[in-house]
Amino acid sequence: MKIVVCVKQIQNPEIPPAQFRIDEEAKVLIPVSGLSPVLSPFDEQAVEAALRIRDRAGEDSDIEITVVTIASKGARAAIKAALALGADNAILLSEPTFDGSGGYVTARNLAETIRAIGDVDLVLTGRQAADWDAGVVGLGVAEILDIPAITFARDVQITDGVVTVQRVLQDGIETVEADLPALVTIANELGKVRHASMRETMRAAKKPVKEWMPEDIGLDEAQVGSSAMRYNLERLYIPVNDIECEFIGGSTPAEIAATLAQHMREENLI
Amino acid sequence: MTENNNGVLVVVEVVGSQPIDLGLEMLALARRLTDSMGGTVTAVAFGTGLETTGGILTAYGADQVLINDNAIFANFHAEAWLPDLSKIIAEVAPAIVLIGHSESGTDLAPRLAFRLDVDVATGCESIDIINGRAHMTRGCFGGLAREVVTFTKTPALATIRSKTQEALSPMMERAGEVKQVSSILDVNSIRTRVVGREREKADGGVKMESAKIVIGGGLGLGGPEGFKTLNEIAELVDGAVGASRAACDLDWCPRSYQIGLSGRTVAPELYLAVGISGASHHMAGCGNSKTIVSVNSDPNAEIFKSSRFGIVGKSQEIMPALVEEIRKLKA
Ligand SMILES: Cc1cc2nc3c(=O)[nH]c(=O)nc-3n(C[C@H](O)[C@H](O)[C@H](O)COP(=O)(O)OP(=O)(O)OC[C@H]3O[C@@H](n4cnc5c(N)ncnc54)[C@H](O)[C@@H]3O)c2cc1C
Ligand SMILES: Nc1ncnc2c1ncn2[C@@H]1O[C@H](COP(=O)(O)O)[C@@H](O)[C@H]1O
Repeated sequence: MKIVVCVKQIQNPEIPPAQFRIDEEAKVLIPVSGLSPVLSPFDEQAVEAALRIRDRAGEDSDIEITVVTIASKGARAAIKAALALGADNAILLSEPTFDGSGGYVTARNLAETIRAIGDVDLVLTGRQAADWDAGVVGLGVAEILDIPAITFARDVQITDGVVTVQRVLQDGIETVEADLPALVTIANELGKVRHASMRETMRAAKKPVKEWMPEDIGLDEAQVGSSAMRYNLERLYIPVNDIECEFIGGSTPAEIAATLAQHMREENLI
Repeated sequence: MTENNNGVLVVVEVVGSQPIDLGLEMLALARRLTDSMGGTVTAVAFGTGLETTGGILTAYGADQVLINDNAIFANFHAEAWLPDLSKIIAEVAPAIVLIGHSESGTDLAPRLAFRLDVDVATGCESIDIINGRAHMTRGCFGGLAREVVTFTKTPALATIRSKTQEALSPMMERAGEVKQVSSILDVNSIRTRVVGREREKADGGVKMESAKIVIGGGLGLGGPEGFKTLNEIAELVDGAVGASRAACDLDWCPRSYQIGLSGRTVAPELYLAVGISGASHHMAGCGNSKTIVSVNSDPNAEIFKSSRFGIVGKSQEIMPALVEEIRKLKA
């Protein structure tokens, strides 16, 4: 059985806001110097979901986990991280304008890559990439491949050609199934990700990584990158925050609380 | 290429026969957009028992309401909605389609975009018409930045974050046309099967989205007991309790409490943030609150940068004292 996990490498999404910089003129992120890119958190959990499926199937299952990433040439951070966690092999689709082309083009590229791999049973993606926070690509891939998609999974199980997903609702859980092949997007509620073991990290260096160009998957210039874009980025900026915080002081918690309660009363809130 | 130009179509979620607030908020946005670019506002509602829904949507700003009343739509199911919705959009030919950035909207909108072969902007907080084109503003990079995008094809699809727009006051005498549409759904085309659904029991409290006061708890509460105190305050002031993802991850509170980028969006009169550091991912769900007051033991906590009032102190000491003080004031 073949599982493909789509992973993206991004700047660490949890850096202190003071370090976060944008070039408003060029409308691009200015990478924090000295900070290496990471595997987008929900994608890391998507890799974990694939590993859990393989763990459940047992040692001698025939499950093969391939990670696919679209990134600039030679960008290996996400792939390395995923292989060290336990994925079997990887494909890097090098695409010069990959991060400027938007979800529409990315989904097209990923879908064609998955088609080129052939006979893929399950595709896993993150619920959204933690840079642009769009949450579009996974469902897009499913639509293009014309396979069923289930979003926001906290648990994914495979039995006899059927995928069963516990899907996170705002105030509960839904159990949804579909016949394979199918696509599932993974939510934060999947929970903790394993640490890369020493053994896997050593093995990872020897795992096969293919580097494909768009022409390798039968896409031409007009179908990838900026020429295929459906959107224009008009502006990218950091919103200004002009709030001045007034600190409520006092010598005891009771005194501080009394002042706060008084403020609430003045604002007609209580 | 032909351009759609017939105004704005709004997909309104209905619970029971009552449209959710976000649907009414989007109707107000749709009215503002058609005021500046022309065309009509069409509201679309899927569900069952929708006899009164058309009138409500008209009162809140729709010129035309399309009702798809069918038992199969009683619960949201993306695959069931898509064929009818695609057909309706093809017929109405709107320039812009608005969908709520909700549990179902985030599941529906990207699929719809690819069916219609257009792009989609998710989680928008505003849309402006400039030179006749929709400019959509949305948060990105975990809420640290905003991008403004335009699309090269119509309809422009956008999901709208809750509480970023203000609903119009309803005018019961507003004229509008309400039409029933009949479903073209072939149930055999549905490939995903919902085999179970469990909702957390409603705790009888005020709904977070409509509460005037929301009290958010984070890791600085020190444990699940901290939420008991927050609940006490919420009960006293008729408010609701929310939480940071970190607190939900530790099961200190139900998961449904989560406020933020991957949780709920609230914009109360007062957001009281207790033991929350103020990560942009959290602020993405409460940054539009009218007043933010925060309690944090670290005077340099990020949350103070978004707060009108700040209290430097231990939540375990301040919050029980606040319970007492509010009791006194109410007595
Ligand atoms: C892609 C992505 C999506 C995310 N989505 C969300 C989301 O939707 N919602 C969300 O909330 N988070 C989200 N997060 C996580 C977010 O980045 C933060 O990690 C999280 O909000 C931190 O929660 P916290 O403030 O409770 O904990 P912490 O950051 O650990 O902060 C605890 C705070 O409590 C203070 N404190 C400690 N002791 C006390 C005390 N005794 N009294 C008072 N204060 C005290 C500390 O000074 C600190 O400021 C997301 C992260 C990523 C990467
Ligand atoms: N450049 C990329 N390479 C591989 N997978 C991607 C890429 N961009 C997005 N994805 C996948 O699609 C998911 C949703 O992305 P997005 O729609 O950009 O928020 C991510 O969590 C990834 O699993």
